[in-house]
Amino acid sequence: MARHRPATEEKLARLVRSFAANRKPVEVLGGGTRPVGNPVKVDEVIETGALSGVTLYEPGALTLVAKAGTPLEEVNAALAAENQHLPFEPADYAGLFGTSGQSTIGGVVASGSTGPRAIQVGGARDALIGVRFVSGEGEIIKNGGRVMKNVTGYDLVKLLAGSHGTLGILTEVSFKLLPRPHTATTVKVHGIDAAGAVAAMTAALTSPYDVSGAAYDPSMEGGTALIRIEGFENSVSYRAGKLSELVADDHPSSAQIETETDATRIREIWKAIRDASFAGGVGTLLKAMLKPSDAPGLLDELRRSHAFDYLMDRGGGLVWMNADLSGEDTLSFINDAREAAAKRGGHVNIVRAPMEVYARVEAFHPQPDPIEAISAALRQQFDPAGILNPGRMAREGAVA
Amino acid sequence: MSMIEMPVPDAGILARRSEIVAALEVAAGAENVIWDAAETLAYECDALTAYRCPPLAVVLPRSTDAVSRVLKACSKLGVPVVPRGSGTSLAGGALPTADSVVIGVSRLNQVLEADYANRFIHVQSGMTNLSVSEAVAAEGFFYAPDPSSQLACAIAGNIAMNSGGAHCLKYGVTTNNLLGVTLVMMDGEIVQVGGPLGEQSGLDLLGVICGSEGQLGIVTEAWLKILPKPEGARPILLGFNANEVAGACVADIVKAGVLPVAMEFMDKPAIIACENFAHAGYPTDVEALLIVEVEGSPEEIEEQLGKIKEIAARHHPQVMRESNSPLQSDLIWKGRKAAFGAMGQMADYMCMDGTIPTSKLPEVLRRMDEMSKQYGLRVANVFHAGDGNLHPLILFDANKPGDQEKCEAFGSDILRLCVEAGGCLTGEHGVGIEKRDLMVEQFTPEDMEIQMRVKDVFDPQWLLNPAKVFPMQISHSRRVRNTGEAA
Repeated sequence: MARHRPATEEKLARLVRSFAANRKPVEVLGGGTRPVGNPVKVDEVIETGALSGVTLYEPGALTLVAKAGTPLEEVNAALAAENQHLPFEPADYAGLFGTSGQSTIGGVVASGSTGPRAIQVGGARDALIGVRFVSGEGEIIKNGGRVMKNVTGYDLVKLLAGSHGTLGILTEVSFKLLPRPHTATTVKVHGIDAAGAVAAMTAALTSPYDVSGAAYDPSMEGGTALIRIEGFENSVSYRAGKLSELVADDHPSSAQIETETDATRIREIWKAIRDASFAGGVGTLLKAMLKPSDAPGLLDELRRSHAFDYLMDRGGGLVWMNADLSGEDTLSFINDAREAAAKRGGHVNIVRAPMEVYARVEAFHPQPDPIEAISAALRQQFDPAGILNPGRMAREGAVA
Repeated sequence: MSMIEMPVPDAGILARRSEIVAALEVAAGAENVIWDAAETLAYECDALTAYRCPPLAVVLPRSTDAVSRVLKACSKLGVPVVPRGSGTSLAGGALPTADSVVIGVSRLNQVLEADYANRFIHVQSGMTNLSVSEAVAAEGFFYAPDPSSQLACAIAGNIAMNSGGAHCLKYGVTTNNLLGVTLVMMDGEIVQVGGPLGEQSGLDLLGVICGSEGQLGIVTEAWLKILPKPEGARPILLGFNANEVAGACVADIVKAGVLPVAMEFMDKPAIIACENFAHAGYPTDVEALLIVEVEGSPEEIEEQLGKIKEIAARHHPQVMRESNSPLQSDLIWKGRKAAFGAMGQMADYMCMDGTIPTSKLPEVLRRMDEMSKQYGLRVANVFHAGDGNLHPLILFDANKPGDQEKCEAFGSDILRLCVEAGGCLTGEHGVGIEKRDLMVEQFTPEDMEIQMRVKDVFDPQWLLNPAKVFPMQISHSRRVRNTGEAA
């Protein structure tokens, strides 16, 4: 296998042009720490790690521009020095995959990383305001820019976020930043089941108290709903008080309510949720997206025929499910989960599974034919030779 | 009159007018088709009123299926289609051509589902922006994007233009609050993109549909995020003796970690015009005025305003006036919201919409002032300071020969300046026809080619709003190939 690490955007473009001319497929990697999607089996690998460095950071304008191969750690450190952050809490999947590479900011964008703060500020696509990328034809293209309000031309910025390197190779990304909250508190509701947790989280999320995280860990102290509030001190303690009252009204008898204020402990709790740490290093890990009110029903249905661990985030709108299975059991777990989610208007993507599974199911929940057809046609326009991460998001012939 | 070129109407289409109208009547029902010249006149323009052209016909369908049938008919007949929300576009996004059929969504104005527990509302796209917020107000919710035209503008248009508003510093713009759409493509195919969940399993098609200016399909339904209303909100007024100082104050507020929901900036000409018009109590002896609004409980508001006052004091404001009552808050906002009306009373005006990096504000305002002298036209600035979105209002006299052309040239220069400063041509109004020919200032041919290829996927015939967004020369071969338009 040949690995290429072009040092400039122009060199990258030249490389892609030559691959395109020879119809030579390539795998595109940032740090290789988020191997999500169908496996790509090719002989050539392009890494973006040599395109590195923060090119512009204006704290007063809440804007940062960085080359795509910049380590996420470097971006985070630069922002921390000014008490700012990437609002969407990009996950660290090293624990899930046992990878040792350095996560890049381009990889964060290409994989559409989105953490628990999604319920308040959205995901990577919402913070991303500009991209530069090299298309499958080796053209250098820019879209968006460094300003947070921009409707000039089509918004390819959103399209590139979460495109897993199938539309182009990102070379530079720009973000809208947010101030890092001064303090955080987490209201914990112990001793409740999934349905009780969704009710508590819904009460919190439909209140005016600006919740920045709402998760449920069934393994924590008999089942614990976690509600995070961030901001200035007085405001945080005021809202934590109000939320405790609100949740207590909903759960008068069984639940115990406690407020966690230890900063380190709070960071650990939310990092574990962000990174789906409950899933450890083994098992088939699925990410189900559905309406929060449908989450308890989905869990009940699946638990009748499968044993798995789970974690809820985004108020129940995201259910992580992990099962250590083999052979046909893995497939039936995936297929049953997809069927249960689809009939509730949701979908299930595979985040981690044994390699052989991907030969039989798509990593990303297949969408209705017209949507898959549009997606395939867009890939064809951005990458006519079909050389960029071929099959990563949908295999050829996936469209019926 | 006009400086902005539009395609020559296709004589072949004009000659088939009665055949086309008959097909539209079959598709949508005769009662939903307008073809009488006296009536199509009402659709000859949007809020960019300097450009007018009645369409061949107007269809106001009553269902998604009817929209589908109409598009299918137009596709078969090779007739261009101009989608229309409420016609409030300031960029000419809904401007027809004589050979086009306008499809308006105004009769699709129902709430389909409000789901408070899951925090979304499913609506038909002809609902006005404000009516969506009103529909969920009783349950304590609101829809966040709030363009100035929110009383009139339709959700369909908001999605087409990715509209913003004064509060996007905290809540984002339309694309950040849109969860899904029902889209009818030019060939009549109906697809659902996204839905109540807001995260799709594959490519983010919703992201590119939002802001595509009606060129990819007609949105007939939308799933929108709704948010619980904050407990309260309160503005503070800060007056400074120089634009630079106000700009520095904005940057310091942001750096201190305070995130106001709105930070509005007005320069001296804007302050005076608004004050004379609305009597909002603005100080007229300052050079720059900031309106900073924060949200929360009374205690939270105090906490944030305390920090803002502390920061502002370091910049020696000439005026620092906190609102102490809802009445005072209304008055403070009344002046800002009256900006367009105030200008309209003084003269004809054109409202520009560039965005600049906020750090470039003083420099951009200084150069704009120089240009104003050069062109002999006055300009006033209102500005969403938190996000860099600038709205220069250029005053001119429509009755004076050559004044409008001069005004448009001045406007183009301002937008070029925005791009040069690291910003963009349009922050929230869209390209439409107004900024179409300036796209080359911001984009390379490759940048535009890939965008046009996205349209090729959704609308291979290039019949949907074809003469917008991309410079005429650049989209020419695609349009001609498909419509037989005269070259």
